[in-house]
Amino acid sequence: MKVSIEVNGRPVAEEVPDRTLLVHFLRDTAGLTGTNIGCDTTSCGACTVLLDGESVKSCTVLAAQADGHAVTTVEGLSSSDGSLHPVQRAFREQHGLQCGFCTPGMIMASVSLLADNPKPTRDEVRAGIEGNLCRCTGYHNIVSAVIDASGQEVDR
Amino acid sequence: MSIVGTRVVRQEDQNLITAGGTYVDDLREEALSGAAHAVFVRSPVAHARIESIDVSEAKAAPGVLGVFTAADLGLDPHDAGPVKEPWLADGVVRYVGEPVALVLTEERYQLADAAELVDIDYDPLDAVASIDAALADETLLYPETGSNIMQVNGTKEFDDGIFAECEVVVSTTIVNQRVAPAPLEVRGASCAWGEDGRLTVWLSTQNAQIARTQVAMSLGVGEENVRVIAPDVGGGFGAKIGADPEATVLGWAAKEIGRPVRWVESRSENLTSMTHGRAQQNTVTVGGKRDGTVLAYRLDVIQDAGAYPRTLFLPTLTELMAVGVYRFPKVETRSRAVVTNTTPIAAYRGAGRPEATAALERAMDRFAGELGLDPAEVRRVNFIRPEEFPYQTPTGASYDTGEYAAALDKALEAAGYAELRAEQKRRREAGDPIELGLGIAAYVEITGGDSGGESGRVDLFPDGSVVAWTGSSPHGQGLGTSLAMLLADQLGVPLEKITVRHGDTDEVPKAVGTFGSRSLQLGGSAIRQAADEVIAQARELAAELLEAAPDDLELDAERGVWQVRGAPSSTVLSWAQVAETASGGKLTADVWFGGGKPTFPFGAHLAVVEVDTETGKVVLRRIVAVDDAGPIVNPLTFRGQRHGGLGQGAAQALMEVVTYDEDGNPTTATLADYSFITAVELPDFELVDMATPTDRNLLGVKGIGEAATIGSTPAVHNAVVDALAERGVKHLDMPTTPIRVWAALEQAALQGVRVAEPPARGEAPDVTARKENAR
Repeated sequence: MKVSIEVNGRPVAEEVPDRTLLVHFLRDTAGLTGTNIGCDTTSCGACTVLLDGESVKSCTVLAAQADGHAVTTVEGLSSSDGSLHPVQRAFREQHGLQCGFCTPGMIMASVSLLADNPKPTRDEVRAGIEGNLCRCTGYHNIVSAVIDASGQEVDR
Repeated sequence: MSIVGTRVVRQEDQNLITAGGTYVDDLREEALSGAAHAVFVRSPVAHARIESIDVSEAKAAPGVLGVFTAADLGLDPHDAGPVKEPWLADGVVRYVGEPVALVLTEERYQLADAAELVDIDYDPLDAVASIDAALADETLLYPETGSNIMQVNGTKEFDDGIFAECEVVVSTTIVNQRVAPAPLEVRGASCAWGEDGRLTVWLSTQNAQIARTQVAMSLGVGEENVRVIAPDVGGGFGAKIGADPEATVLGWAAKEIGRPVRWVESRSENLTSMTHGRAQQNTVTVGGKRDGTVLAYRLDVIQDAGAYPRTLFLPTLTELMAVGVYRFPKVETRSRAVVTNTTPIAAYRGAGRPEATAALERAMDRFAGELGLDPAEVRRVNFIRPEEFPYQTPTGASYDTGEYAAALDKALEAAGYAELRAEQKRRREAGDPIELGLGIAAYVEITGGDSGGESGRVDLFPDGSVVAWTGSSPHGQGLGTSLAMLLADQLGVPLEKITVRHGDTDEVPKAVGTFGSRSLQLGGSAIRQAADEVIAQARELAAELLEAAPDDLELDAERGVWQVRGAPSSTVLSWAQVAETASGGKLTADVWFGGGKPTFPFGAHLAVVEVDTETGKVVLRRIVAVDDAGPIVNPLTFRGQRHGGLGQGAAQALMEVVTYDEDGNPTTATLADYSFITAVELPDFELVDMATPTDRNLLGVKGIGEAATIGSTPAVHNAVVDALAERGVKHLDMPTTPIRVWAALEQAALQGVRVAEPPARGEAPDVTARKENAR
C-alpha cells in the first residue's frame, strides 16, 4: 500500500508491503538509520520514536498505522543550525550513553517523559524509562541526564 | 594544566546522539548495494540426528537467491577446543539455535517466509540439559570422546588432610548461573568481495584483527585477502570477541552467489545463538580457626561449556583467581568442563573472575556465619597485607599492588556500616517483616591477563593535528577520548586537534583488540610508546632547526612548543614547524607495546537490600563501591564503566538467568522472557575513588571494564542471604527472585533451624558430610 508519513517535518510517501513495520519504513524507506532495533518483543525500546508527539515503539507499529501522521526520530531533534536538543546535550554532558545503541530510543523516551512531567524526581525518571533497556550504563547517568535536561541540578 | 585526571565529555558522542551512530545494519556503503539479505535456519531441538533436509520449496520461494546447508559448504570444521564445530550443523544438532541452513533473499521481508519452507527432518536424541546430566555420562554429545568431560585441570586428588588443623570447616555448593550477555545491538555482519579478490567483512566485533585472521583461515584464503571493519559496535561484554561462525558462512555465501550479503540476527536468535556466560557450579570449602583465620581453602569448579566448548579458559581462570584478596596457607583447586546440549559458553564481563569471587565471598560469609563473627572482621583477619606485595598466590597469580583492608574500610565508612547493622537489629527486634540485609564483597581481579601486547601508531602532521591508531577496539567504553587525553598531555596538543581511529584491519593490520579490561593498560601504553618515539624524532629535527644539541632541547607540554632548555625566552618551535621538516611530510611512529604484564585491580562493595519476608521480594536499596584500578585518566568514563559493571553484576544476583527445560528447550529466549534488568530495579550508585598505581605498564594503570561486575554480584547476593540469616537461611542460589527467597524461607522454617551449631573442635574434617545448601 502507499504510505505517507511526515518524518522530521519532511513528507515521505512510498509504496510498501502491507506488513511493513514503522521502524523499517523509517530505516529503509526514509533512510533514517538512527532508530535502532534491539528486540522482537517490544521489550527494549531502542526503536522508540515520537508519533504525533507521543512516544511509541516503532517495531510494534505498522507503517500503515502511521499513514497521514507525523513522526520524529533522533535525527529530527537538533535545530536546523545543528545545535543540540536539551536532552541530547544532557546525555552527552552526563555521560548518559556508552555504546550508544539504546540512546536514540532512550532520548526519545526522555523527551516524551519530560513533556508529561517537566520536573521529574530521579525515581520518576526511573519509572518513566522502564520500557527502555540499556546494557552499558546501569542507568545512573541516564537518570542524571534526564534530570539535567529538565533544568534541575544533578547532585550525584 | 594536565587534562589527564579531569572530567572530559566524550568525543565519541556527537554522531551517536544526533544520528544514532553507524552500526553494522546501518551501513549504506556503495560496496553493499544490491546485497542479499541473509537468515540462518536454526535447530528447534536440543539434540537430534538430521535425517534429511529438503530445500527445494524454499529455493522456489519469491526472492530467494540461495539456500545452503553443510553439504554445500566444503569448509573444514573449526576447532571448538577438543572437538570440531561445523559451520552449519552436519548430521547432528547439539543445541537449540544451532545454525543448520542459510537462506538468502532479495528483500528483508522475504527471509522469514523462505526460511519457513526449509524442511528439516529431525530424529530426536536424549538431551543433556544440565551439569549433572553431563557428569552422568549416560548420553554423550561426542560419543567418539567417551565422555562429556572435555577438560580437567588442577589438583588431581583432593586431600582432606589440608583441613586437619581446622576448628571449623564449612562447605557450600554454589550455582553461578548461566546468563545472557545481551548487548543492545545483536550480532550482525555484511560481506562483499571486491574485484581485487579481497573480502571485506563489516562485523560487530571487539577485535577486527582476530576476526580477520579467523575468517581468512576458515575460508582458506590469505590474511591479506580479508579486510574486517568494526563500525560502531553496540556493546559486546565479551560475547563479540573475534568472529562467530556465522561470519565465515556469510563470507563463503557472498562468493557463492556473487553478490554482497548482509545479515543481522533477531533478538530471539541472539538469546539462543550468541554465546552465554558464567554457567559454573562451584563447591567451596573453607576451614580455619574460631578467631576467623582461614587455614585451608578448596574450590571445585564444574564449567558448563555448552554444546561446543569454544573457550575453555574460563574455569582455569577461575582457579587462578581462587584465593582472591586473602592469604590462605593451604589451597586446592580443580576444574572440570563438561558439554551439554545448550548454547556454547564464552566470555561475559569478568569471564572466570566473577565466578571465583562469587564462590569465595559466599564462602567467607558462610564461614563468618558459622563462627558468629562479623563478615567484615573475618575478611580483615585474612587480607593480604600491603607490605606483602608483590604477592605470589598459591594458585600461580602474581599480584602487583593492593590495599585490600583500606578499600573495605572506605566502603564501610562511606556506607555507615555500624549504623546499618544497628538498623538491621532494630528491625529484627521490632519483628519487622521487611528485613534489612548487608552484603560485603572484597575482590581482586586480573586485567590484561592475556599478556598479548597491543599496537599503537601516532602521526603528527604539519598543520599541528594528530591522528592516532589504536589496536584496541572500544565499543562504548570511551577509550578514544582517554587516549586523546593522554596524547594531549604528553604532546601539548589541544584535544580538538587529536583524532583516534581503530577497528579497520587495513588501517591497523596488527592488533589484539578489546577484552579482559586490557585496553587502557596495553592499548594506552602502546600510544604512550608511539608518542615517545614521535617526541624523539621531533627532538632531532628541532635541534637542527634551532642549531642546538638534541639533549639541550625540551618539549614544553604546557604550550606544545619545542625550546632550548633553560632559555624559555629564546626562539620556540611549534609542533607544526617541526613536522613540516620531517621526511615523508609528517612525524610518525608505529609501535608494538609488548612489555605489559597482567595487573590486579581490587576493591570492596557493600550492598544494602530490603527483603519482604512475606512475599520474597528483594529491593536493592544501596550499593557502595570502592574500585581501585590505579591512576584515573577520565573520571567521567571511569565512573561510567563502574556504573555499568554494578548494574550487570547486581542483575545476576537479583534476577537474570538463562533457563532450559529438561529436554534442553530454552525458556528465556526473548527479551519478554529473559529478566534483563531495568532502571527501576537499580538504585543510584555510590562510588568511592581510590587509586593505587602498578609498575607493570607505562601508564601505571589497571583495567576498570569488569571490576565492578566482579564485586557487585557477591555483594548483592550476600546481602540477600544476610537479610534471611536470622530466619535460618544459610544459602540460596542466584538469582534471588521472590519465589526462591520465599522457598528458602519456607524450607528454613520447616527445618526449624534458627542458628547453626558450629562443629566441635577436633571433629574429623569430613567436608562432604557437612555440605550444606539451602536450595
